[in-house]
Amino acid sequence: MNQTPVPAPAWQQAIFKVLKEGGVRQIAYVPDAGHSHVIRSAIADPDIEDVVLTTEEEGVALVSGAWLGGQRAVLLMQSSGVGNCVNMFSLLKAADFPFFTLVTMRGEYAEFNPWQGPMGKATQGVLELMGIHVLRASHPDEVAEIVSAGFDAAFEAGERVAVLLSQSLIGRKTWGRK
Amino acid sequence: MNPIQRTDRREFVAKLLAATPDALVITGLGSAAYDVFAAGDRDRNYYLWGAMGGAAPMGLGLALAQPDKPVVVITGDGELLMGIGSLATIAAKQPKNLTIVVLDNGHFGETGMQRSHSSLGTDLVAVAKGFGIATAFIAASPESRYDTARRINARQGTVFVQVFIEADEPPRALPPRDGPFVKNRFRTALGLKPF
Repeated sequence: MNQTPVPAPAWQQAIFKVLKEGGVRQIAYVPDAGHSHVIRSAIADPDIEDVVLTTEEEGVALVSGAWLGGQRAVLLMQSSGVGNCVNMFSLLKAADFPFFTLVTMRGEYAEFNPWQGPMGKATQGVLELMGIHVLRASHPDEVAEIVSAGFDAAFEAGERVAVLLSQSLIGRKTWGRK
Repeated sequence: MNPIQRTDRREFVAKLLAATPDALVITGLGSAAYDVFAAGDRDRNYYLWGAMGGAAPMGLGLALAQPDKPVVVITGDGELLMGIGSLATIAAKQPKNLTIVVLDNGHFGETGMQRSHSSLGTDLVAVAKGFGIATAFIAASPESRYDTARRINARQGTVFVQVFIEADEPPRALPPRDGPFVKNRFRTALGLKPF
């Protein structure tokens, strides 16, 4: 490994700032490139427990357990992971847990991999069917405001909120080994 | 069936909870919830009525949030198997205050007693150890039951306990299904305020 550290995009730094200043104590995730700065920052922060999941629905239960114990926790996942969560979302509604998730999108912008299409295109609908309010950030300069707005709705009003981070934020994935 | 000596589920759970009065308890759906409720309703119990596979990861989130209190997940083999990867997630964190107790009758008790993987070849203690929970054992003797309670109260490391129970159906004892009520009662018992 001989990688030169590249500064994280400002919008990713803005997301971690919202979570940190909002008192988040647990960050559960299935990784995605768009979440890499927040995950690195969570691992480096002694006041935040980073929890890597084997599948995203674990995170739905985990953040509910954290709330039961008095902590704010958030779930980071890719759009494909939303499909894995569907029945576990019942927990949020049945017990009225606050919920905040950040979802990096695939299958919607300059997508190279057709296997990402079906779930990516269904992601917003699936979330809404399960009673989760959906916000979307598509431009780097709006990420901080929209993430902050969703975060407050979750933890100040007790809502269930997903913020979709558009694939255009992350940009084209390079597949060739040039 | 294997020749293992099986335990009465209600008696096991009642004695375990009597010996761990400070524990925060999450139950899996179905019979495990009935067993915990039958042992005496407590404000510090959280009963799942759905979200199958969610008991163990919910216990992890709670254990991380409340490191000074023992957290016990009491669930069945079917519920645990649906979220079996969460044992890897728990092992990666190794919360000292989390114990997973699986009441294993080798069957899906709520749906007609179909055989589950744990009576079709899966060794759950080996699975837990393989995922990285080093302290994983079968509680069969009265001594090992005492040991389970002692470990819960000691909060000295993540523990996985498999209890072979009889595949019977004790009388139903139904805990509240009102999720917000149980959640708010639990949080109030911890001194947490409404948002």
